[in-house]
Amino acid sequence: MKIKISIPTERIHDPIISESIIETGIRLNIMVANIDSTYGELIADVKDSRFNRIKKALESRGAIVAILDQPIHRDEEECVDCGACISVCPMNVYTFDETWSLCVDEKKCIQCGMCIKMCPHGALKLGE
Amino acid sequence: MVKKSIHEINKKIEDGSVNVVTAEEMVGIVENLGVEGAAREVDVVTTGTFGAMCSSGLMLNLGHSEPPIKIQKLWFNNVEAYSGLAAVDAYLGAAQISDTRGMQYGGAHVIEDLLRGKEIDVHATSYGTDCYPRKVLDTTITLDDLNEAILLNPRNAYQKYAAATNSSKRILNTYMGELLPNFGNVTYSGSGVLSPLSNDPSYETIGTGTRIFMGGAQGYVIGNGTQHSPSDGFGTLMLKGNLKEMSSDYIRAASFTGYGTTLYMGIGIPIPILNEKLAASTAVQDADIFTDILDYAVGSKDKPAIRQVNYAELKSGLVQIEGKDVPTSSLSSFKNARKIANELKEWVRHGKFFVSMPVERICCEGSAKSMKQTQAVPLVKDVMSDFIVTIKKDQTVQDAAKKIWENSFNHLAVISDTGELVGILTAWDISKAVAENIFDSVESVMTKKVLTCAPNEPVDLAARRLDRYGVSAMPVIDAQKQVLGIITSDNISKLLARRY
Ligand code: SF4
Ligand code: SF4
Repeated sequence: MKIKISIPTERIHDPIISESIIETGIRLNIMVANIDSTYGELIADVKDSRFNRIKKALESRGAIVAILDQPIHRDEEECVDCGACISVCPMNVYTFDETWSLCVDEKKCIQCGMCIKMCPHGALKLGE
Repeated sequence: MVKKSIHEINKKIEDGSVNVVTAEEMVGIVENLGVEGAAREVDVVTTGTFGAMCSSGLMLNLGHSEPPIKIQKLWFNNVEAYSGLAAVDAYLGAAQISDTRGMQYGGAHVIEDLLRGKEIDVHATSYGTDCYPRKVLDTTITLDDLNEAILLNPRNAYQKYAAATNSSKRILNTYMGELLPNFGNVTYSGSGVLSPLSNDPSYETIGTGTRIFMGGAQGYVIGNGTQHSPSDGFGTLMLKGNLKEMSSDYIRAASFTGYGTTLYMGIGIPIPILNEKLAASTAVQDADIFTDILDYAVGSKDKPAIRQVNYAELKSGLVQIEGKDVPTSSLSSFKNARKIANELKEWVRHGKFFVSMPVERICCEGSAKSMKQTQAVPLVKDVMSDFIVTIKKDQTVQDAAKKIWENSFNHLAVISDTGELVGILTAWDISKAVAENIFDSVESVMTKKVLTCAPNEPVDLAARRLDRYGVSAMPVIDAQKQVLGIITSDNISKLLARRY
């Protein structure tokens, strides 16, 4: 499952992620990391069965962990199958099938919001 | 030699014996039967395109009110229309944005809402005359209430369109969509193999008076489009059709983030196969249609071409730029273009649509001109200060403070031993360093990501960059990164003071 790990300002200098990985032995597949001197936010993939343990380890060090459960939603009435969303999605959620209809693989979405701004027809939203 | 007339083809449409195929199907037919065989077999080839066509709008007539008004200014759902013609006629442009909702809603959305039967708020003002005494009018209308609702589109159905990419370090929001930094993506438009004008590039059957599929109804070509540039392969068409007969499947409003609104139009043009030449031209494939990938990072009308590309590559989903695979996005819908070509094919096959010859040919030579500008645009080099104080990156913070103090100059350009610009240092950076007790080299306290500009850039572009990043000055550098001068918001204010 995809999770969001937020690291508050006062903990930004601690190696929270590495410590949690070493402590639990659970591998996180980090897909997006936005970290600056004031705030950190990471999106990672973790096996469902391991989620509770890594969450506990991260939270004991002050991080906030949330499950990303608002997959991208496409309004099929609004969508005109142009494909503008395809090239901006970092996770290749969108593809064309052989009839040039848009296919959406929601499971891959990390909810970055890039495609929402790109869609000329306002057909994309997060969560439903 | 195969020679058919429009009259013969229309008779076949009437008696149901017509052989009509789409431009996509024609590729294989010409491959199998050869040009002559295909010209004999096939009577009509249908094309289709469905994409953003900003140059679209609605010519309408509201009917007279009681007491009557000669409308001077007019808004539909707060989107302004042009009404400087007669009393209650107006032209609503697809790209006009709402006074209250901005880029989210524009003329295109009013057109789609009308088509969907929604009620539209009308607000009009006037100066009042003896025959038209009324000064203000507010009402709501639907499409049925209008006398005429004619889509009158000055420039549609581009023969092909340049593709877009972005070499800069930031996201660009354009009418070609969101362009990711460092050649992160390529966007393109047009239906390639199905593109109407690419299937009849010498405009033998497409001209003034040609009957077409427009937004799900029958419409007409009324001439070449504005900015018609056939010699470069960028021909365009001016179109007209009755909105009241159209379908919201083929007329769709859109909004590009950071750019504005536009109308997605569905257009299909039948090409009667009168001779071998037309059979050959309708066999055009994606791989035969070339266009350039332009760099939209350059905010000038002449954008540099990164490379040439054909529609087969664009449609494959990846194009190579500098050895890297870059994902592509279409902005127009090939699925809908195909749907249109097929629907038009059915109309012809079932005797619901007859082909026509143009009453006048449109020119297939010539290029669109650039704007005549009588006032020269000032360039950065015309207004920059060529006095700029530089400092080497390994000098001390104290040296820097001294230079600023001696020259009463707020920005120091930090350079390497070979004179290349590597950073910028302001009086503020120095105060901060002092406050934090850092007295090492200039390099440790300077700003490394420094915005720069080139001497030949128009000042407007430099001003826009200063404003966007909230900085007050930018070093001007040449291609070797040598510092030539500096442009400050002060230089720009002085320029404006001179201008007005
Ligand atoms: S929000 Fe959109 S662009 Fe981002 S990962 Fe999800 S589908 Fe892709
Ligand atoms: S950009 Fe929007 S309209 Fe185009 S295919 Fe994607 S979801 Fe559909």
